[in-house]
Amino acid sequence: MLVKLSSSALKKTRWYEYGVRFVLGGLATVFAGIIGQYFGAAVGGLFLALPAIFCASATLIESHERRAKANVGLAGARRGQQAAALDAAGAGLGSIGLAGFALTFWATAETNVVGAFAAAILAWMIVSVSAWWARQFFLRRFSSLGQLARLPRPDVE
Amino acid sequence: MAEYLLRFIAGGVIVSAFAMLGDMLRPKSFAGLLGAAPSVALATLGIAVVQHGPPYAAAESWTMIFGAIALGCYSLAVCHILMRSRLAALPASIIAFAVWLAIAFGLLAGLGGAA
Repeated sequence: MLVKLSSSALKKTRWYEYGVRFVLGGLATVFAGIIGQYFGAAVGGLFLALPAIFCASATLIESHERRAKANVGLAGARRGQQAAALDAAGAGLGSIGLAGFALTFWATAETNVVGAFAAAILAWMIVSVSAWWARQFFLRRFSSLGQLARLPRPDVE
Repeated sequence: MAEYLLRFIAGGVIVSAFAMLGDMLRPKSFAGLLGAAPSVALATLGIAVVQHGPPYAAAESWTMIFGAIALGCYSLAVCHILMRSRLAALPASIIAFAVWLAIAFGLLAGLGGAA
């Protein structure tokens, strides 16, 4: 399946939805900082992977799908749930990349900070995209496996 | 206060940038990768490096690995709740937060923060 980048999709998002993401992102970052200050680096580090934004993103995706179906006179509740589930499946794969980001930064931060950030972002991209391609390959080859077949499939997208 | 404002703006800008990129990407499962983008981490680790130095930021990034594993379990939990129940995205993602807390703090308790 081809990966596409389309700026027209931005038109579906309303201005206040950008505001919600900005505020939630800002609050999550402040919250992570406060936790680190009061409970130390070990507990603070956990909250660098807090799914604070996920609730808002999944809800927005669900409402976009529901709205799109409503525009053509259909009930889109189930379709909205499926779209949000697909987003969650993607985030699950992305979390492998996030672990790669953290591991790379941990291994390189004390030698060169700027290089550590660059290497960590690169690691996140490579690991996340590889995990996504591996899932696509696996689902196509072994789609008859009962348990996996119950997860969102690429053809739903 | 200025530090919190800086955190708020930096976090908001980075999260919004990743979210906009995610909006533009298709298919949705690929765009979902951006749901686990290191947006909060970039802002927080950047400030931690300036304030406390690289060793502190490295210590934070070690336990961030546990948080990322917990995020993976959380995402799978949300996915399964949405596919198997009639719950909407918001309650599903809030209920599954218990999974994140349990896994993240369980790993921290079991493996420790020192690396």
